[in-house]
Amino acid sequence: MERISLIGQLTQYLFTGITVGSIYALVAVGFNIIYNVTEIINFAQGEFVMLGGLIMVFFTAVAKLPLPVAFILTIAAVTGVGALMERFTINPLKNATVLTMIIVTIAVSILFKGIAMFVWGKDPYIIPPFSGSEPIFILGAAIQTQTIWVLLITAVVVVLLTLFFKKTRYGKAMLACADDPEAARLVGIRVNIMVLISFALSAAIGAVAGAIITPISLMEYDRGALLALKGFGAAVMGGLGSFYGAVVAGIFLGIIESLCAGFVSSGYKDAVALLLLLLVLYIRPSGLFGNVEASKIKEF
Amino acid sequence: MLKLKSVHTYYGNIHALRGVSLHVNQGEIVTLIGANGAGKTTVLKTISGITPASRGSITFEGRDVTKVAAEEIVRAGISHVPEGRKVFSTLSLRDNLEMGGFIRRDKKEVQADMERFKKKFPILADRWNQMAGTLSGGEQQILAITRALMARPRLLILDEPSMGLSPLLVKEIFKIIKVLREEGTTILLIEQNARAALHIADRGYVLETGKIVLQGKCRMLLEHEEVKRAYLGKGYREVWED
Repeated sequence: MERISLIGQLTQYLFTGITVGSIYALVAVGFNIIYNVTEIINFAQGEFVMLGGLIMVFFTAVAKLPLPVAFILTIAAVTGVGALMERFTINPLKNATVLTMIIVTIAVSILFKGIAMFVWGKDPYIIPPFSGSEPIFILGAAIQTQTIWVLLITAVVVVLLTLFFKKTRYGKAMLACADDPEAARLVGIRVNIMVLISFALSAAIGAVAGAIITPISLMEYDRGALLALKGFGAAVMGGLGSFYGAVVAGIFLGIIESLCAGFVSSGYKDAVALLLLLLVLYIRPSGLFGNVEASKIKEF
Repeated sequence: MLKLKSVHTYYGNIHALRGVSLHVNQGEIVTLIGANGAGKTTVLKTISGITPASRGSITFEGRDVTKVAAEEIVRAGISHVPEGRKVFSTLSLRDNLEMGGFIRRDKKEVQADMERFKKKFPILADRWNQMAGTLSGGEQQILAITRALMARPRLLILDEPSMGLSPLLVKEIFKIIKVLREEGTTILLIEQNARAALHIADRGYVLETGKIVLQGKCRMLLEHEEVKRAYLGKGYREVWED
């Protein structure tokens, strides 16, 4: 067997880490969008990723649609699921506390998992990579082309989201809701519409994450919970509400996990993520990029 | 223009307004004075739908707005500058004003209004792209008022605009209120500083524990013994001497 150089190994782990980390980052960004508007931690965020992956499997493998069409339909379908979730579970709860609504999202996540198990069964599914399965060799490491897709699409999502929140009227209105819901209502922003948009948008991002990661890591019905946990860890590490923090922390978490799995043991990789989360919460509860002032006012 | 008829409002179990009736005519400045906890802020919040009335009726320009939600009231023509300013602290000044014009469809006019306010208030122009949270209290108040004006309201509701500001800035705020009146905006104002409020307003109402106990022209209220004693701080001696 050919011995791989240390540099090669390191590069390999780094790329794997960044890829997985991108997915954590997307999940964390999804958490943040909903959190920013409502202060709800949506524990069904991981289920959006799972649904994104499995629906993508359906559209490509069963419906045999061309990749771009399948990708767009997947996002549309999961966005619809997110919007329905908000309309039927969050919106009807008038005057509920944030904690109640968080518990509702946990219930919804269990429901989604159950439905997915009925529809797709318990086996994991895979789809072919977006463009060929021939790996690219960089510094002695074999990089799957899908990795490039993951990085590219994550970057596009982050850029588009930034533009949405900085430049568009609705994006700013969502930030205004996050800032001060009462003042937002007084200038005529319909807060319940913004909440709906936040769920739809988070679901869309979850779907993207699921669709792009399935060719690398497969997808099965019960993947959501762990993804949500890691994504949540990244969101908290980055400072709840901070997009920039979520992306950095997500990728950081992915790299640490991957290095741990590579050099120590893959059995410990989940523990490392949680240990890291505890450490951050212990040293800097507002997260690495969180606003200390803001975190004092917020309920969670 | 605005008419409240025996409005009752509850804050949870607290009966905050116990049958408040008042009206504001077109072009007037009307002020509401009263001690802390008398229910002044609740009156304003009830008008704008944040704490809806449980009984009674509110009409604005002939339309019943008793049950209209807070996010719709601004579309009816009422802008409420809330207590404590409540600017969008993480948004830039520019975006704060843009959000003030959120309900308007005339994009170009919104831009023009923003430019107009920028010229009018150099304090805002200097910090145009900074986060509103970095402004001082007085600057935030000016921003909050201009944000409310961006909706082009026919009635402006101001809740304690001078709260926590230096005397110099209080003067500045009152100057703005005067200019607004001259431009034809109708204003409902509540103020801790009853003397200043009664000097700038046309008519006033005195609120005590959720009820209107006195009303009239401000000139008359300024001379009223009870108002003087309780809210203006002067003439107190005359009262207890006899």
